Amino acid sequence: MNKKNTLSKVIVYAILIGGVLVCIFPFLWMILTSVKTNAEALAVPVKIFPAKIRLEGYQNVLTKLPFLKIYLNTIISALVTVAAQVTFCAMAGYAYARINFPFKNFLFTATLAVLMVPGTFFILPQYRIINSLGMLNTIPALFLPNLFSAMGTFLLRQFFLSLPQELEDAAYIDGCNRGTVFFKIMLPLVKPGLVSLGILTFRFAWNDLMWPMVVNTSTEKMTLSAALSYMQGQYITDFPGIMAGALMAVIPMIVIFAIFQKQFIEGVAHTGIKG
Amino acid sequence: MIAPVTVGLIIFYFYPFFRVIRDSLHDIGSFDRDLGFVGLENYITMMHDTEMWQALGNTFKYVAIIVPLSLVFALLIAVLLNAKIRGQSFFRVVYFLPAVTMSVAVSMVWRWIFNGDFGVLNSLMTTIGLEPRQWLSDKSTAMLCISIVSVWTNVGYYMIILLAGIQGISRGYYEAAEIDGATPFQKFYKITLPLLTPTIFYVIIMLVISTFQIFSEIYMMVDQRSKAMKWTQSVVMHFYRSAFSYSKKGYASAVAVLLFVIIMALTIFQMKMQKKWVNYD
Repeated sequence: MNKKNTLSKVIVYAILIGGVLVCIFPFLWMILTSVKTNAEALAVPVKIFPAKIRLEGYQNVLTKLPFLKIYLNTIISALVTVAAQVTFCAMAGYAYARINFPFKNFLFTATLAVLMVPGTFFILPQYRIINSLGMLNTIPALFLPNLFSAMGTFLLRQFFLSLPQELEDAAYIDGCNRGTVFFKIMLPLVKPGLVSLGILTFRFAWNDLMWPMVVNTSTEKMTLSAALSYMQGQYITDFPGIMAGALMAVIPMIVIFAIFQKQFIEGVAHTGIKG
Repeated sequence: MIAPVTVGLIIFYFYPFFRVIRDSLHDIGSFDRDLGFVGLENYITMMHDTEMWQALGNTFKYVAIIVPLSLVFALLIAVLLNAKIRGQSFFRVVYFLPAVTMSVAVSMVWRWIFNGDFGVLNSLMTTIGLEPRQWLSDKSTAMLCISIVSVWTNVGYYMIILLAGIQGISRGYYEAAEIDGATPFQKFYKITLPLLTPTIFYVIIMLVISTFQIFSEIYMMVDQRSKAMKWTQSVVMHFYRSAFSYSKKGYASAVAVLLFVIIMALTIFQMKMQKKWVNYD
């Protein structure tokens, strides 16, 4: 029995460690290629390590693209999207969960209907709206349609619904008004929901490709993902440069993940349970 | 309190919804010039567009490859991590890493790994005595390579959701099974799997919807001018090219309508089928 247990432990660890290698190899390869010379990158058979660490790839990217601006664009776009979505969806989610108002069912059903439609579907008219507002190639164009989320409204409504009504009633008896109840009692209790939504939204805003690529074509106004696709098209033969760019694009997200890993993982876990 | 979301949804989602349907019945030229109502002409063009049919077939293939592979690997790892394992939180973090990194950047490295002339995969193939291949332009492997990248990003994300589902199953069932002398495999098939079906159902729905819209991996890994585009492009890729590369926005609207109808039909179909296999206690 004991022998069998050890054997199965070994198999389990072997699978898990094999998986870890598959997960991190592309990152390692990105790092290694980014510090090679182009000749080393193109060597056949492949050289795993460069003879000397070179930063030309990084220099190339930084001189060809306004990378700092692009970072800033991506950060602004992601943060504004998260802040607006969490605020607006918390308000609407609470109202749909707890307040009666005319046309509530109709409006809620309409909101759910949006949830059923793939995001790509809306892109052409959204593009036209941004265009007619004269906002192509501006920072707000990157986030404007994403500030409003049917998914977030639904998610947070579920969180508010799961809180006991008595809690609120007790607060009203103690003389709290709706504002105090919402900010002081309800919001803190749905914090896991707010975090989940914030993380999902951040991940989406950071990684989205088609929308930012379509609205902003000037390199000064691009997000990281659009800039990478632009770079790959323009400098297809500069492999260390391309890998340096890719690495610089993923590092901030990895740092943020390293800091908030618990929130990330719990946030994602919650969406499965509540959604 | 609902005003901001509702107004935003009306402007950026409800209005566009009807606008797309209207536009799909119009001929829209370059610079968004509306050349008038053409009835179902865009849809008829779509029916005769071989590229469209190919893209649709490709998309179903992506779903058929990516959804089961992502689910099986995610489930396997979730089950293994649920056992008493040293370094569980380390594994969770590493497996989740691909899910937080930008798919555009990730596709770029994979493209480099799969590169037919200088890629590390071919180097590995030659060392172990196999023929190198042009992975991304070969008809028989291009789609598989793109699918691998997508599975690689999906697994960690859905693993977390499944793991949360497994941890939500009451310990009591397992204790009772252990008293009856159940093996780990029996416990998995008789307890974990049936009680996890609601979570698995959710994961499948999400995977089908997202895989049906696969775009950035293809966009980053296959050249638009390359022959391989034909046998790798998805419906969304075809939509993007029609709308923004060829500026046929009326036609692209018709493609968008078709995309919506198919995703809707797939979701309704799954909702109907769930009674047959999902357990809610």
